[in-house]
Amino acid sequence: MHDTAVHATHHGPPTSFIRKHIFSVDHKVIGKQYYALGLFSVLVGMVLSWIMRLHLVWPNFAIPGLGLLSPAGAPGGVVTPEYYLQLMTMHGTLMVFFVLTNVPFAGFGNYFLPIQIGADDMAFPRFNMMSFWVTFVGACFLFAAFFVGDGPPLAGWTAYAPLSTLGKITGPGEDVGQTLWAISIGIFCIGQLLGSLNFIATTLDLRTKGMTFMRMPLCTWAWFITSCIGLLAFAVLLPACILMILDRVAGTSFFIPGGLVVNDQLQPHSGGSPLLWQHLFWFFGHPEVYIAILPAAGIVSHILVNSYRRPLLSHKVVIYSMMAIGFLSYMVWGHHMFVSGMNPVSALAFSFPTLVITIPATILTLIWVGSLYGSKLRINSASLFALGFVSMFVAGGVSGFFLAQPSIDIYLHATYFVVGHFHMVMGVAAIFGMFAGTYFWFPKMTGRMMNETLGKAHFWFTFVGAYCIFMPFHYLGLAGNVRRYSTFVDDFMGPLMPVHKFISIAALCTGAVQLIFLYNLLHSRFWGKPASANPWEGTSLEWSTSSPPPWDNFGGKHPVVYHDPYQYGIESSTGDYVMQDSPEQIQTVRDDKKLTP
Amino acid sequence: MRQHLKYKLAAVLCAVLLLTIGVVTSVRRVHAAPPAGESSITGTVKLNGTPPRQRPIDMSKEPSCAAIHASKPVTTENVVVGPSGGLANVVVYISQGWSGPPVVATQPAEVDQKGCQYIPHVSAVDVSQAMKIVNADQTSHNIHPQPTKNPEWNKSQPPGAPPIETKWQNEEVSIPVKCNIHPWMHGYFAVVKGPYGVSDTNGAFTIPNIPPGNYTLTAWQETYGMQTQQITVAAGKPATVSFAYTAK
Amino acid sequence: MAILSAIPIVRHTWAPPEDISTHGHLIDEQLADTMVEAGVAFVAAQIILGIFIWTASSARPDAKIRNFPGGAKGLVAAAVLLVGTEVLALGVFGQKAWASIYFTPPGANALPLQVQAGQFAFYFRYPGPDGKFGPIHPELVNEGNQNYFGLDQTHDQDSKDDIVAAEMAIPVNREVHLLMHGKDVGHSFYVRELRVQQDFVPGLDLSLHFTATKVGRYEIVCTQLCGLGHYNMKAYLSVLSPEDYDAWLKKEQAMQ
Repeated sequence: MHDTAVHATHHGPPTSFIRKHIFSVDHKVIGKQYYALGLFSVLVGMVLSWIMRLHLVWPNFAIPGLGLLSPAGAPGGVVTPEYYLQLMTMHGTLMVFFVLTNVPFAGFGNYFLPIQIGADDMAFPRFNMMSFWVTFVGACFLFAAFFVGDGPPLAGWTAYAPLSTLGKITGPGEDVGQTLWAISIGIFCIGQLLGSLNFIATTLDLRTKGMTFMRMPLCTWAWFITSCIGLLAFAVLLPACILMILDRVAGTSFFIPGGLVVNDQLQPHSGGSPLLWQHLFWFFGHPEVYIAILPAAGIVSHILVNSYRRPLLSHKVVIYSMMAIGFLSYMVWGHHMFVSGMNPVSALAFSFPTLVITIPATILTLIWVGSLYGSKLRINSASLFALGFVSMFVAGGVSGFFLAQPSIDIYLHATYFVVGHFHMVMGVAAIFGMFAGTYFWFPKMTGRMMNETLGKAHFWFTFVGAYCIFMPFHYLGLAGNVRRYSTFVDDFMGPLMPVHKFISIAALCTGAVQLIFLYNLLHSRFWGKPASANPWEGTSLEWSTSSPPPWDNFGGKHPVVYHDPYQYGIESSTGDYVMQDSPEQIQTVRDDKKLTP
Repeated sequence: MRQHLKYKLAAVLCAVLLLTIGVVTSVRRVHAAPPAGESSITGTVKLNGTPPRQRPIDMSKEPSCAAIHASKPVTTENVVVGPSGGLANVVVYISQGWSGPPVVATQPAEVDQKGCQYIPHVSAVDVSQAMKIVNADQTSHNIHPQPTKNPEWNKSQPPGAPPIETKWQNEEVSIPVKCNIHPWMHGYFAVVKGPYGVSDTNGAFTIPNIPPGNYTLTAWQETYGMQTQQITVAAGKPATVSFAYTAK
Repeated sequence: MAILSAIPIVRHTWAPPEDISTHGHLIDEQLADTMVEAGVAFVAAQIILGIFIWTASSARPDAKIRNFPGGAKGLVAAAVLLVGTEVLALGVFGQKAWASIYFTPPGANALPLQVQAGQFAFYFRYPGPDGKFGPIHPELVNEGNQNYFGLDQTHDQDSKDDIVAAEMAIPVNREVHLLMHGKDVGHSFYVRELRVQQDFVPGLDLSLHFTATKVGRYEIVCTQLCGLGHYNMKAYLSVLSPEDYDAWLKKEQAMQ
């Protein structure tokens, strides 16, 4: 435990606009910058998904204005097959990298991790600024792909070689667009590596006096575990991206075997392996799922405890479960490749850890649900979204049972079942975590409250909408509906079209509902009710400082921690809770001890 | 009522007038009187020997196209020989000796995709001439030309999509063009600087509006390649030439 | 919430198409078992969540906070035991289905047949009377000339009688040994009714074997993203009676 004041308090608050709001080293500003980048990306990604859904059910519908935006991909506003795949690739890349990784991990993590451990900034503030701006440059490269020659890449967010490495001859978007994609993701990895290192160093070194590991709030733990995962995962994706760029521009053949004939032309490559890319990619790709979901799980735990007004049944078990998930996430990447030509024996080897990972996930869920029993639940927008997360986590989790088994995967692989599965567990669940975090921490971040009525309306519409969109995906998959098709040309799909229409309409409505959130966010930012320092009667350190916190978080002091993080459900001078830095003497509510003695 | 009729009549008259003007001007442009002394080159291309067997194409992958050809199966078109032994789809053009201004037809050259085939199989265009690619099928095609002297591109054209309009800036005989969605769909774009002709199923071709002089004529056939001949065109008298390929 | 979550029980409306293979019932049984277990877990979890939310949110302000019976230890034990056995059971039975498909060699009588995937069509090759496939010469591939495989039928003795077809026909109730060859980028071979899906890996020739048990015409589709024509990359599988199959083979031979 390090309680020495080695912090960067030797310089005063920045004064110039640029140092304060743009090239700021303040972790709170950087957190908000990540959030803003994520918000922009999620809006773009959502519009892309609208266009795709419209095209799937009304393939000849001319979308007004789209023809002007991309005359090559959608002449006259009618989406071409390649444009559909390009939109899909960009949707996936934006959502996975720039939304699901950026917001719950880099965004909220940056803002709250130092505050929750009582530090006044990250361990390496300049690194921190660099990691955001590197990520920003990565985003610029990705968005630039929309405007080059024949548009963004079409090889999917997984960018399977050799489609992604053979170049222009394999199709539109595989020219400059794919190279920009690889550069963008490579740069993104650098940003994440810097960020992860910073998170780890901060958690290890900058905890304030009294903040033992077990006294860290659950979301701090989640960010810490996630940054450990990220450090290993992005360190693999980065060289993979470099190899891909070399294959594309330097004529190497890391991922390209010999004897390939594209468009009647023998390709001048030999000796590489497409499976190498898949292994490298999924070695990153599966942990990436947990990079998206663990911070959300941590945030949700943090919020649930607060709204249950009692500690979770076990603090430690939640932490150990998250660690187990993080560890196991490195042993399961092959379950993405059951039918992609691996040795069939390895499919069995990958199947077991995949099934085993459901055990810690189930424990997490049971703790969330079990702690709800006999609690005094406070219903607000944040807790609704957190409970919605649990519901989605279960819904997306059980479908994982199917896909974890190689024999069932023979039938379900590459169908809409998979699409439904990962959208629920990774997409919707993580986004619910973000919404919960936003409603919960908005008062702290801006000093103003969000509108609760709008927030609850937003939740109900989004919750029902998300089920309406993603549950039918599973039915389609069971019926054998193949994913990544821009149009369903065969008779087989005829009876399934009503389902697709239902999904499209639900997607359009649910997307439109997000305007409520956007309005609430912007309106409350400027005209919301002023927030007190601790509007939710929370216990962790972020509630000990003012809303919003001063630039050095605690106004020159360092809080001293006396208690475990979630001392709710007791009688104290402040009410039914005691803050972590309150010197008040109480009997600590610990794991597995009776709450009422 | 009568008022209405008057308007209608006026509208119809206007339309007819416009149409006539249009037709007259376009006809005039095409049949502009040749300068004094211009002549033409006519000729035939023959194939000696037994033409190679053209394999039938199975289009079962695309039921809408297979239905079109149900009664008469299509074959490959690498060597198309007419009943009289004439070799079709040969591009014959002036490769040397042309001193006039570059010829650029004002009408766009139209390439049709019909029944999962390129019609015509070999399309010849002038450098910078507009080319219009139309999809008449009930399915998406992608047009993927593979030039070496012009920029490569690859675009798909869903059914009912507007025609793709393009131009070729450099001479290139010939650019292979494929549809990857229907891999049997195969054709050529011949981009020619000077005057040219393309042989029909009798092997006959005509290159009009040639001033007197000495020229090098090149014939190109997709399987058998190039042949050249020297030819002298005299004023006012069509020059005739014949090419012969030998079947391999 | 609970009511909403119960909606998916109606999922039997969209069932997989009828199985026509000898191994498919193993997959189907596995799928059905998993569906029951996962379905029960899903619905139960959602309903319990709903009930708990209902009771907890309407707790009286002076109510005492109670612990879930058994506490965290009980829940962890329950999770490990229940999910553990479920996982083990599913895992073990699943392995059986997987092993029966992948760990058995094709029979000696299996019909050899090669499938090649390329942007954006499948082509099939039968070895002809000599039972041998001629070598593939990538540099000879010329689709405009219908030489999809790059065969040299003038020089290679084995290639001379090879039959190349755009449609896959197989005799019913006879095992097929499918040799898979990827020509350009990644593709996949998926026949819903056969319960067969396997990727083509360029540079790595894999093989599959299966037996179809029902005469009919089915769709083979590509399930690995391969470019702009991916959605329309398909071919048809005709499962024919042995007599029809022989006739079909003769007809295709005449077309070569």
